[in-house]
Amino acid sequence: MTTASQPDLAQPPHRALGLTDDEFELIVEKLGREPNATELAMFSLMWSEHCSYKHSKRILGQLPTEGPHLLMGPGENAGAVTVGDGLAIAFKVESHNHPSAVEPFQGAATGVGGILRDIFAVGARPIAVLDSLRFGELSSARSRFLADRAVAGIGHYGNSIGVPTIGGEIYFEGPYEQNCLVNAMALGLAPVDQLIKSAAAGVGNHLVLFGASTGRDGIGGASVLASAELGDGDDDKRPTVQVGDPFEESKLVECCLELLGSELLASLQDLGAAGLTSASSEMASKGEVGLDIHVDRVPLREHGMEPFEIMVSESQERMLCVVTPERLDAVLAVCDKWDLHHAVIGEVTDTRHMKIYSDGELVGDMPVPALVDDCPVYTLQPEQPTEQIYPSPKVIGPAADAMQAAVNTDDANARLLALLASDNIASRRRYFERYDCIVGSRTTKRPEEAEAAVLHLWKQDDDGAPIDGPSIAVSIDGSGRKVAADPYRGTIGVVLECAANIACVGGEPLGLTNCLNFGNPEKPHIAWQLTESVKGMRDACRALDLPVVGGNVSLYNQSADGPIYPTPVVGIVGGLPDPSTVAVNKFFARDGNDEPLMIGLLGPFEPTLAASELAKLIGDDLPTKLPDLDLAKHAEALTILRDAVRRGDVQVARDVSEGGLATALAECTLGGTGAEIDVAPLVERMRRAYPGADPEQHVETALFGEGPGGIVVAGTRESLLQLSNEAKNVGFLALGSAHGERLTISAPVGTLDEVSLDVGNIQRIHGSAIESRVALAERVSS
Amino acid sequence: MATRFGIPQFPGSCDEVDTLLAANRVGDAELLWHKDKDLKGVDVVIVPGGFSYGDYLRVGAIPPFSPVMQAVAEHAKAGGLVLGICNGFQVLTEAGLLPGALLPNVNLAFTCRQVDLTVENTETPFTHECTPGETLSIPAKHTTGRYFAPPEILDDIESNGQVLLRYAEGHNFNGSLNDIAGVCNAARNVFGLMPHPEHAVDPLTGSDDGLKLFHSLASAAPMALGSGDMT
Repeated sequence: MTTASQPDLAQPPHRALGLTDDEFELIVEKLGREPNATELAMFSLMWSEHCSYKHSKRILGQLPTEGPHLLMGPGENAGAVTVGDGLAIAFKVESHNHPSAVEPFQGAATGVGGILRDIFAVGARPIAVLDSLRFGELSSARSRFLADRAVAGIGHYGNSIGVPTIGGEIYFEGPYEQNCLVNAMALGLAPVDQLIKSAAAGVGNHLVLFGASTGRDGIGGASVLASAELGDGDDDKRPTVQVGDPFEESKLVECCLELLGSELLASLQDLGAAGLTSASSEMASKGEVGLDIHVDRVPLREHGMEPFEIMVSESQERMLCVVTPERLDAVLAVCDKWDLHHAVIGEVTDTRHMKIYSDGELVGDMPVPALVDDCPVYTLQPEQPTEQIYPSPKVIGPAADAMQAAVNTDDANARLLALLASDNIASRRRYFERYDCIVGSRTTKRPEEAEAAVLHLWKQDDDGAPIDGPSIAVSIDGSGRKVAADPYRGTIGVVLECAANIACVGGEPLGLTNCLNFGNPEKPHIAWQLTESVKGMRDACRALDLPVVGGNVSLYNQSADGPIYPTPVVGIVGGLPDPSTVAVNKFFARDGNDEPLMIGLLGPFEPTLAASELAKLIGDDLPTKLPDLDLAKHAEALTILRDAVRRGDVQVARDVSEGGLATALAECTLGGTGAEIDVAPLVERMRRAYPGADPEQHVETALFGEGPGGIVVAGTRESLLQLSNEAKNVGFLALGSAHGERLTISAPVGTLDEVSLDVGNIQRIHGSAIESRVALAERVSS
Repeated sequence: MATRFGIPQFPGSCDEVDTLLAANRVGDAELLWHKDKDLKGVDVVIVPGGFSYGDYLRVGAIPPFSPVMQAVAEHAKAGGLVLGICNGFQVLTEAGLLPGALLPNVNLAFTCRQVDLTVENTETPFTHECTPGETLSIPAKHTTGRYFAPPEILDDIESNGQVLLRYAEGHNFNGSLNDIAGVCNAARNVFGLMPHPEHAVDPLTGSDDGLKLFHSLASAAPMALGSGDMT
């Protein structure tokens, strides 16, 4: 049982607030005295893992952060890259895991609200949200509840504020049963010259707080919820979950963009975790100035709030800006227009101290560097466990027996259908239909229409008429099970999969944002997972020449049942000159008497059943290593793919992921056109790579094995011929053609029967599996 | 003279800029601020989708009391053309400018889906560029879109030809009575629909079938009463 869930009032206050004795001693040393209650509360937040990254800072430093398109890197509210035509895309992914485990609707909703504020805090109009979600098995009533409510919360916030949710992922795995993952990514669009940084500047300038009023909601969220493990009795933590109001935020977006468009602000910062404390001290730190703050001037929604409560409240939908005296009236008039609370709560000073006043009395006085920069940074003590620490994955619930029977036969049809109906592969329609994916008139590829979401950007001229801009591709991807098997190679696989999705629509990756969801880093095996994972991300980003523009670390994701699977999540934004040559991810019949589309497999794909979906359904143990890979070849394959898509030579492209090649091919038939496939060339590649192994094993692995670097492509015979010439070094295999109403897959050897399925049947099973499984589970449990 | 469109913007509106862009393809469009009673002499008012005033109290309940909607009601009474999309449809029913009401979807959840609509009546300023029985593919996205009217009103609007658009078979996900996707008033100058024609104006973003409604409005506006300088 952890101490954080039930603060023991008998212990010293600093421990109850999550500070170690050594950290408290250091605070006393920096101040030259013991901190008072307000100061202690502020230090405990600023020195929490959530705000200080004290356990992750050292290893994050090795990630590449330079690139030709980079405009803003780590350290600002969001990263930004240039996408052409004088336009910038600001983007970032952030977690709201623990709040969502406690109260999924508001936890997920405020996660979206928070990441959107990060985006418009840099002066960009939010134009899209994506999400990456992980829950326990769908057969668990708790997980179904958390998934439905978190999705409803994301939809509630995004839909109501008029920002489309254009893509994402949702997975169901046992290790997330008690500690779900809710990661949200947001993108914003701005003219390059309108991006704004958050450094406070100009001694004598006013500090204006505007937006919602301040209450007692979310007090201590950063330290209590985000920086400690979950345990029993978490219902008591519900008051530390904030409540979101998308209506307030939609006014706040318009107000901020109007203020920035009129060039009325010196700097802008959102209030997120640790509220006013974090927002003000980070502005002061970046600007190398001091701030005087008068808490009695803050508009409150509750009576009798103590100064420390006002400083640490995490009430949502609030922003802080610095304004020169001559522009103050104009700023307040814009706030009035949008019916937002506002107050001049302080001034910029040259003291480099944060001074907190209440009714004229000084109630807190801290050097800014002590608060922001002097938190001790810890070196992780990684230690590789001698054996796999996670139990074998297991499918449970009312459908488990039928699933087990299907995957344990030699009938390839039954296996493929079982995979297509499994929780992690079946259609996500139940979830993504809860999101408005089109508001903003930029979405040209909706969920399930292509491997990445595609947005066609436009801007308004002075008369409000739209001017065509460039397009972008966006994808968010994560992995847990494979990273648990091999944190280094598993993480490389995550980055490669996300980059492959971008390449499938013809996008050039411009920047990457990440969210590292891990367990307690003070434990050596978790420290090892984190260290190896970051190394993998570093090496993959270097190979792809892709800068990390910022992100978020979410640690302490564990419960009494143990840690979650280590789960790095990455989001990539890609540039795209022409949205009309985007490849779709489904086969289609060509006109009239034209020869059918030919199908090939591009890339150095060498699948393995280790840690695959099939292995999970069978109940195989998790391995402790995934196969080695040649990163340079993978990067080259993605460049070749991107160029072929841009030329229009590759008209269909789908990354082989969960469920392997057979599943990817089946998903390509969801548009209604079948395919005739022979996997002999892949089996031959496997035979050469692993000459000693059983040939039948190669067939099974070729059909259902997983791994990075496999792209199913389709195009005309001539264009695939050209592609195969270009791809000599990275691998290209001709597999068959797209026609008819059946998917047939033949293999050269083995007892596995040939796959032969009606495409209508594939569509029905893939499309309805989640709904039917949820309905079945609800019936069984009622 | 291009047809002039005015789009009221409330706090919480979401699709007002999308509507502006769509209307600009067929005429000249501008936003109208909710606190202003001045319609700036526009020919057609389009009340946009979104969550006006945060959907507080009840969807569409507060906007009818705003200055801009008071002016829109006068514009409608004078015969001027008014289109309500999604939340705009909800607002027009709450304002008493359209019959019936919108109730929560049968699945009780926000649902975003491309739907097929059948054009039922082309003898109106909103649909005259369509052909009778034509199918339009247009996205719908809402939580509260189940059209309801008491039996006697339902009979009236059916026999009067006021149902302009119906969901095609299998596309009525919200449970609307008689598959009704859009209805107009008896005078045929006010029309509301739940699907979003402003999100179907470009094949690149899915479909351009919605453009037919905008073209209909642009060519009908000069003939409508109360347009232009008469307001």
